[in-house]
Amino acid sequence: MQSVIPASLTITHESAKTLLKCKGDWTIENLLEVADQLENLTPQPNIFWDVAEISEIDSAGIALWQLSNRTLEQKGHKCETIGIRNEHSRLYRLLYSESFQNSPPPDSPSWLYRLGRETHFSVLGIGSFLSFLGEAFILLFFTLRHPQLIRYRSIGTHILETGANALPIIAISAFLIGVVVAYQSVVQLQKFGADIFIVDMIGISLTRELAPLITAIVVAGRSGSAFTAQIGAMKMTQEIDAMKTMGFDPFTFLVWPRVFALMIVMPLLIFFADMVGIFGGMVIAHAQSNLSFTEFIHRLQGALALKHYLIGILKGPFFAFLIAFVSTYRGFQVSMNTESIGHYTTKSVVNSIFLVIACDALFSILLTELKL
Amino acid sequence: MKQIIIDVRDVVTAFGEHLIHDHINCTVRENEIYALLGGSGSGKSTLMREMILLERPQSGTIHVLGHDLSKLTPLEAAGLRRSWGVLFQSGALYSSLTVGENIALLYNEYTDLSPKLIDELIQLKINLVGLPPHAKHLYPSQLSGGMVKRAALARALALDPKLLFLDEPTSGLDPLSSRQFDALIQQLRDLLGLTVIMVTHDLDTIHHIVDRFTLLGEKKAIAEGNLREVLAIDHPIVDYFFKKGPHGITC
Repeated sequence: MQSVIPASLTITHESAKTLLKCKGDWTIENLLEVADQLENLTPQPNIFWDVAEISEIDSAGIALWQLSNRTLEQKGHKCETIGIRNEHSRLYRLLYSESFQNSPPPDSPSWLYRLGRETHFSVLGIGSFLSFLGEAFILLFFTLRHPQLIRYRSIGTHILETGANALPIIAISAFLIGVVVAYQSVVQLQKFGADIFIVDMIGISLTRELAPLITAIVVAGRSGSAFTAQIGAMKMTQEIDAMKTMGFDPFTFLVWPRVFALMIVMPLLIFFADMVGIFGGMVIAHAQSNLSFTEFIHRLQGALALKHYLIGILKGPFFAFLIAFVSTYRGFQVSMNTESIGHYTTKSVVNSIFLVIACDALFSILLTELKL
Repeated sequence: MKQIIIDVRDVVTAFGEHLIHDHINCTVRENEIYALLGGSGSGKSTLMREMILLERPQSGTIHVLGHDLSKLTPLEAAGLRRSWGVLFQSGALYSSLTVGENIALLYNEYTDLSPKLIDELIQLKINLVGLPPHAKHLYPSQLSGGMVKRAALARALALDPKLLFLDEPTSGLDPLSSRQFDALIQQLRDLLGLTVIMVTHDLDTIHHIVDRFTLLGEKKAIAEGNLREVLAIDHPIVDYFFKKGPHGITC
């Protein structure tokens, strides 16, 4: 290894003439001081670069020399370089073989343009989701006429994956929701000595609203994101293209098994969440207002009309349909770069949770109007 | 005799039970274009990954620029990593950054140069590898395969390394682009005084620009030397690579 001589610049001013004597190693690590000197230079009209004593120069050194040279010329100075060594001029010719072109960054568009473009793409997005749904249904009717195409095995795998394997997390979430609701209501009801109504509170609110919603949110976060990531990864590795060329339709092979599996599993998961959630409420009712389990269940039979329970269960397939379709659709949107898989997985979860809540609100309005 | 840049001695590599390298030796000298050649699964990429500190051999020593890779302090390792550039097979450009930002990252991280000078340097590197000026503002996903390789080369050259590692530089390029890429690498070697180590299958590259190479096969280094020296060796794998089949080279 040769010893390093830091780059240096000696500036001498004569009448109408500035001599810049460059010395040392003009390499990227040693340039900082020289760059500062050149930045603060106030030269005479004629400038001479003497580069004969530069021992080593790399592209950063040459760029600095050229950049300063160009800036000075633009200010109206006359520049000349003397003493270029042969090995250095070869590097210079390599780097500046064509006249230097810098391309300015493209203009960022105005807010109005961006707003318009975003709106345009949002509308297009809705359209493409609808056409995705449409294509899926055409394939569904085709598959129903040719039942041998139904992928039972795949449906089974997804039932196991999205249903059975989701039980622990759903149990914990539902139990805690039961506990939270019971705690909040017990405090209020005790003020009126109406402790017993905690059973109505827990029974109705859980089975009708909270259990379906919590289950749907957990499923959207757990299985919806998995669907998007699985299909997105297959898209990136061109597996989906491979399937298409072999005549395996992605809708029959990837979309419908997931949709059916989730639609079958969701009501079951909601039923499970109902049970665990009510149990959570029972535990708190027992602890806080000495309501025994038998008493609780006896009261529950009177308080909880069948319709509340059925409405909750009925929401399941609808939520499942939305979650499964949004997440598979987002999976197909993944493009060939690594970022997009994360981007669309996030989008898929956010979209499905929003749609589930919107759908739940719609149910509430509808059922209230129907006096159910 | 030129200075030795990389010296691989008795390297043994195994992944679990699977032996990859069985006492491999090879030597890369200054300013040469050196290739690691071999069939799929012959461990040539693994050998390169060991040279650039991404893998460790089970035993044996690798010296790069005079440093023993198994005895590096973190500081030495950092210095060594700055003195080489690596071009990965698929480019490995950061997809969230534009080409310009991919290159600027190194300058911003390792130097205190002014933004204007960094901008000039980025543009120089982009011109150097033959990309159009506006490529600076494009994202990797907007580039074609050949442009990705060139952009990745520009990034590898950002800090003017003395040592350049290329993993299958011409794979995925059409024959004309491959030859242009070869010519570019040769020109850079001549003008920047680089030492280039590449993993390649491309016999045209071997024929045209590679000075010396090692042929890996059966877990060993079967032959090392320039094309004529290797062709003189009588070994089935040498025959398989160079003499038989429609793409063989005969001299």
